[in-house]
Amino acid sequence: MGDEVLSIDGLHVSVDGTEIIKGLSLTINLGEIHAIMGRNGSGKSTLANAIMGHPAYEITSGEIKFRGTPLDEMEVFERARAGMFLSFQYPSSIPGVQVGTFLRKSVSAVRGENAPSARDFRKELKGHMEALGMDKSFLGRYVNDGFSGGEKKRLEILQMLLLNPCLALLDETDSGLDIDALRVVSDGINSITPTAGSLVITHYERLLELVKPDFVHVMIDGRIVKTGNADLAGELEAKGYDWLEA
Amino acid sequence: MSGDKARDAVGDYRYGFHDPENATIRFDKGLSEKVVRDISELKGEPEWMTSIRVKAYHRFMEMPMPTWGNCDMLNQIDFDSVTYFLRSSKGTENNWDEVPEDIKNTFDRLGIPDAEQKWLGGVTAQYESEAVYHSIREDLEEQGVLFLDMDSGLKQYPEIVKKYFCSVVPASDNKFSALNTAVWSGGSFIYVPKGVHVEMPVQAYFRINAKNMGQFERTLIIADEGSSIHYVEGCTAPTYSTESLHSAVVELIAMDGAKIRYSTVQNWSANVYNLVTKRGVAHSNATIEWVDGNIGSKLTMKYPAVLLRGEGAHAEVISVAYAGKGQHQDAGAKVHHLAPNTTSNILSKSISKNGGRSSYRGMLQVSPKAHSCRSKVVCDALMLDADSQSDTYPTMEVGNSSADLEHEASVSKVSNNQLFYLMSRGHSEEEAMGMIVNGFFEPFTRELPMEYAVELNRLLELEMEGAIG
Repeated sequence: MGDEVLSIDGLHVSVDGTEIIKGLSLTINLGEIHAIMGRNGSGKSTLANAIMGHPAYEITSGEIKFRGTPLDEMEVFERARAGMFLSFQYPSSIPGVQVGTFLRKSVSAVRGENAPSARDFRKELKGHMEALGMDKSFLGRYVNDGFSGGEKKRLEILQMLLLNPCLALLDETDSGLDIDALRVVSDGINSITPTAGSLVITHYERLLELVKPDFVHVMIDGRIVKTGNADLAGELEAKGYDWLEA
Repeated sequence: MSGDKARDAVGDYRYGFHDPENATIRFDKGLSEKVVRDISELKGEPEWMTSIRVKAYHRFMEMPMPTWGNCDMLNQIDFDSVTYFLRSSKGTENNWDEVPEDIKNTFDRLGIPDAEQKWLGGVTAQYESEAVYHSIREDLEEQGVLFLDMDSGLKQYPEIVKKYFCSVVPASDNKFSALNTAVWSGGSFIYVPKGVHVEMPVQAYFRINAKNMGQFERTLIIADEGSSIHYVEGCTAPTYSTESLHSAVVELIAMDGAKIRYSTVQNWSANVYNLVTKRGVAHSNATIEWVDGNIGSKLTMKYPAVLLRGEGAHAEVISVAYAGKGQHQDAGAKVHHLAPNTTSNILSKSISKNGGRSSYRGMLQVSPKAHSCRSKVVCDALMLDADSQSDTYPTMEVGNSSADLEHEASVSKVSNNQLFYLMSRGHSEEEAMGMIVNGFFEPFTRELPMEYAVELNRLLELEMEGAIG
């Protein structure tokens, strides 16, 4: 059990008094990639936000543990510092805050004493940005302000690589991306996998061809209704979700 | 997490310390014609200046309080309890070692001597009514740049002062310009000769130390044809339970093709009334830029103005205001397009928190003869909680149809999604709020000398922390 990164047991989550997640359990171990697939409105994004601790998502019952520690007493920033990362479906823009400054501050907040020196940080940053095909002019722009969809997703992946999490939650990070950007995202996920567990939320099979999930879970109406291996993704692509509905 | 913790935080004012009051000359509280004459006599001024002062005093007594801004707060000012003149040092020194020890310590704590060595072309430090320290780099002096405290300016260059004093802001412009003209003391006098570019900024620092003090500095900057200068001012005061009054007048004259940038970071303690008249005249192809930050004070009423008098002149006003608990920042800009092909940009940003109130009050005027003018006005307000207030009073008077004018205004709140996003990257709620606030002010901050920008960012981060622990 030393490898257990995330465990969710009997989770119920409400938003504005409406129950969205209706009893969900899931365990992710180190080195595993789990995919969650499902239609719009099935509760996938709610799950990701609830795990990270968004204040609008109320956990009415059940428990989430990160590396054995219950999350209910941890603030959002403490979860981040403990090694959890959420790649947002719709990242907020922060006008006036430059990407470079933001990344440096985030790395020093999350990695604390182990944060790299200014020089090593620049080196690390340069390496990741080259791999992601990001021009250095990115660093002078304001966080997500006026970014295209692809640029936002690249910045999310860049943050994931720099913050080097132990649990990565990726909420529709692949939506709206062309094949090059998709490869960037999948390379990012694959590169952290040996030292992390990942939860990849997606509509589409195409990302899963590139990241090879160990488990695919199908979510319908706030519950996981079926779990399988990577082949399940192909099956869903071909048959849709109707056959899984009760 | 609702954001309440960060939003309720009350910042600590770092400059609220005070020194013992060791006045060498202190006038009795209250204002009369005698007080006005005594100030003038004490300074050994020429008769014409005494006469300007006395006339202005009578105008002040006659004129009503402004009917805008914050009438309740204005009417609380007790002019009889104000000390109108306080001399705390024998003279203006040009060596920090000669400045009285406690005053020197104050400016050390404010980092002024250090900044002077590193990045300034000249410094004036005013303590209460008069400058206690003054210096200018030799190379600027050799190029004929005059940078003096205003009292010395009047003594040494009476003909220049006589020509321009009250030429941009008449004594009767408003009640507080009349008051300043009557009792002015200190401030800066600058003349930049034709074609001279002053590369390093020159700075004035204003410190009120005594209780119930009135500080009435008067600044006059003349940039001759094709010259340029950047003037920076900072201000702080101790935190007392009684109020102090700061009422300055600043006049700028940019001759043909000249450029004046005037940057202010006003950080008075929350017991200071800050009622200031700032106005510049820009002649042909000249540029005047006001970069105006208002973080402190109880009530600020200040609308830096530019008269675009010559063809092709340009005005730039960037202002930010932060209104915390019990504060009202009534700030804005006025631009008068009086000549053809003149242009202006006004950017105003305000933040209100803990029940603070910020108002944008703007005037944009295009005279009938001023054809082909362009102007853009942008006002953005950020509210950090539901108790705070933000309002906008823009006025436009356009005298001809060839003007190209844009006006944009927005009011926004910090969203929970923004906070959540930043917190998910390891930042505490206060840190996240600090980043958002600094980002909001960034278009202003990036215009400041780096040392000021860093200080301002730190200040705002502290404002977001406050009540922790």
